[in-house]
Amino acid sequence: MQPASPSGRQQKSAPPLVRTQEDAPRQRTGTVLDVRDLSVEYVTEGGSVLAVDQVNFSLDSGEFVAVVGESGCGKSTMLFAVAQLLAPPARVTSGSVMFRGRNLVGLTDKSLIAIRWKDLSVVMQSAMNALNPVKSIGAQFKDAMRAHGVRSNAEIGDRSAEVLKMVGIDPVHLKSYPHQLSGGMRQRSMIAMALLFTPELVIMDEPTSALDVVAQRSLMVQIKELQEQFGFAVIFVTHDMSLVSHFSDRLMVMYAGQVAEVGATRQLFDSPRHPYTEGLMEAFPSIRGPKVPLTGIGGSPPNLAKRVGGCWFAPRCAKVLDRCATERPPLYQVEGTQVRCFRHDGNVA
Amino acid sequence: MRFVLRRLGFFLLTLWAALTLNFALPRLMPGNPAVAMIAKFKGGVSPQALHTLEVQFGVNTRHSVISQYFSYLKDVATGNFGTSLSEYPASVGHIIMQAIFWTLGLVGLTTVLAFIFGTLIGIVGAWRRGGVLDSVMPPVFVITSVVPYFWLGLVLILIFGVKLHWLPYINSYSYTDTPGFTLSFIWDVIQHAILPAFTLLITTIGTWILTMRNTMITTLADDYVRMARAKGLSSRRIMFDYAARNAILPNLTGFAMSLGFVLGGAILVEYVFNYQGVGFWLLAAVNNDDYPLMQALFLLITVAVLVAILLSDIATAILDPRTRDAG
Repeated sequence: MQPASPSGRQQKSAPPLVRTQEDAPRQRTGTVLDVRDLSVEYVTEGGSVLAVDQVNFSLDSGEFVAVVGESGCGKSTMLFAVAQLLAPPARVTSGSVMFRGRNLVGLTDKSLIAIRWKDLSVVMQSAMNALNPVKSIGAQFKDAMRAHGVRSNAEIGDRSAEVLKMVGIDPVHLKSYPHQLSGGMRQRSMIAMALLFTPELVIMDEPTSALDVVAQRSLMVQIKELQEQFGFAVIFVTHDMSLVSHFSDRLMVMYAGQVAEVGATRQLFDSPRHPYTEGLMEAFPSIRGPKVPLTGIGGSPPNLAKRVGGCWFAPRCAKVLDRCATERPPLYQVEGTQVRCFRHDGNVA
Repeated sequence: MRFVLRRLGFFLLTLWAALTLNFALPRLMPGNPAVAMIAKFKGGVSPQALHTLEVQFGVNTRHSVISQYFSYLKDVATGNFGTSLSEYPASVGHIIMQAIFWTLGLVGLTTVLAFIFGTLIGIVGAWRRGGVLDSVMPPVFVITSVVPYFWLGLVLILIFGVKLHWLPYINSYSYTDTPGFTLSFIWDVIQHAILPAFTLLITTIGTWILTMRNTMITTLADDYVRMARAKGLSSRRIMFDYAARNAILPNLTGFAMSLGFVLGGAILVEYVFNYQGVGFWLLAAVNNDDYPLMQALFLLITVAVLVAILLSDIATAILDPRTRDAG
C-alpha cells in the first residue's frame, strides 16, 4: 500500500491520497525503469544528429539516479525520450523504455495518458516557462487531476493544498499566477504538482538551475525528504556534479550522447575512472578541502552531427592512448561501475 | 478593479482630446462651409443668403470660441451633429444611424468571422504542422490577402452578378422590397451581403491565419506545452487551453484595432457594391464637401477605435493575469 501522507510537519490528518481502484495495490519494490539501447536522433534536412547513443540503465524503486554532463551532451534529450515527450524533429530510433514491464516506446498518446503523471511525472528545467503563465497554480493542478478522472472539486482542492504544504508553500498560492511567485516558489510548486498522484518515478530536468545556491541546497534537501517519505524513484539531470554528490544513490556521467561512466555516487566521487569524470571533479571547488587551482576540461564538446572514428572524448582527453583515435571504446565493468575508456580494458589498466 | 478604472480614465482623456481636435481642426481651416456652399452656386447668392447659411451652420456668429466649444460638446453628447449639406435637409445623426446599421452588419460581422475562422485555422495548422490543412490554407490565403479587395469585388460582381445572375450586387437590399422584419426581406439582405462579405472575408482572413499560426508555433515549443503533455492532458486541452490561450494574446490588440476601424466602413467595398454603409457615406461626404457629415463620421471612427482599444485592454486583462498587476 501507499505510504501514509506526510506525518511529521502536518498537524491535521491529511485527506486520503487520490487513488482509483485499479492502481490501489502498488508495488514499491523491484525495477521501476529499464532503459535498453535507447537512441534518439534529431532528423533534419542537413542530415540526422545522434543525440542519445545506445544508453542503458535501470532504476530500482525509490532510487535516486543523477545524470550529469555538459550542456548538449544529450542528457535532457535522453530524459524526454524516457518520458516520451520528444517532439519532432527528435525521435527514438532504437531501444526500449520499460516502465514497470511496459514498453513506453511506440505507445500512442492515448495509452500514455494513463501512465503520465499518475505513475511518471516530470519537473522541468525552468519553472518560469514550464508553468502556464495565464493559469493560476491551482487551475494547473486541477487540470492534471481532472485529466486523470478526479472530478470532485473538494477532493482536488484538498489534495492541491496538501501537496503545496508538503513543499512548504502556503495553500493561498493556489490562487496565485506563476509570475506572482518567486523562482524558488515556482520550482517548489512544480514539484508539488509532480507529486499530486505520488507517482513511482519523478523525472527532474535541472530543477535547480535557475536558483541561487542557497535555494538550490534547500530545494535538494526537500526533494530528498519527500523522496524518502513517499518512496518515489528520481532521475535527476544536472550539469552540477557537486549538487547531487550528497543526494544521489547512483551517478551517470554522459558525454556526447553516450554513457561515459556509471556507478554508485560515492564510488565515482572517490575514484573516478573515466578521464572525463575526473575532469568534471576538478571543475568545481571543494568547500572544506585545500585550495587548488580549478583545471576543468580543455576544449569543447564535440559536434554530434560530425561523428568521427575513435573515442569521442579523445580530442580533449589528458590520458589519451593511441587506439583512442581509431577505436570506439565499449563500456567496461570495473568493480561495480561501468566505464567507457580503453584504460580499463584489462590488458592496459 | 483598479486596472479597469485606470484604463477607463485614460480612455476618457483620449476621448476628450479627440473631441477637442475634431472641434478645432475645421476652425483652423481657411474658409467655412457656408462659403463652400456658396461657391457651388458660383456667386449667385446674396449676402443675406450667405448670412442665413452661416447662422444655420453656426459659423461666423458672435459667439466666442469658448461658448462654441461648449455648445459643440453639448451637441456631441446629445447626438446632434447638425444638418447634412449633401443630403439637405436630412440630419447627420439620421444618416449615420442608418449607415452604422449596415456597416456593423456587413463589415462588423465579417471582421469577427474572419478573426474566428482565421484564428482557428491558424491554431489547427500550427498544431498539425506540415499537415494537409497547414500546407494548403496559409499559402492560399496569403495570396488572397494581398489581392486588392475592390478588384476582387469587381471580379466577383462580374462573375456571379453580371454573367451568372446568381447574386445581387447593388445596395444592401432590393429597391423593390419594403424594409421590415419579414423573412423575405431578411433573405434579401443576406443575399445582398454575400458578395461584399465574401470579398472582405477572403482578403482579411489570411492575416489572422498567418499571425495565429506563427505565434502558435512559437508557443508550442514552450515548456508549459511539453509540461501539459507530461501531465497527460488531452490534445484538445493542450491545444486550446495551454497553447492557443497564450498564443492569441498578441493578436487581441490587432483584432480590437480592426474592430475599431469597422465603423470606418470598408470604403472601397461599400463603394464597389453601392452598399450604403459608413464608408460609402464618408466617400460621398468628401466628394460633396459635406463638412458636418464628414466631421461626425471622423469623430465616430475615432471614438470606435478608442472604445475598441479599451475593450481589448479589458479582454487582455481578463485573459492575461500578468497585465493586471502591471496595469
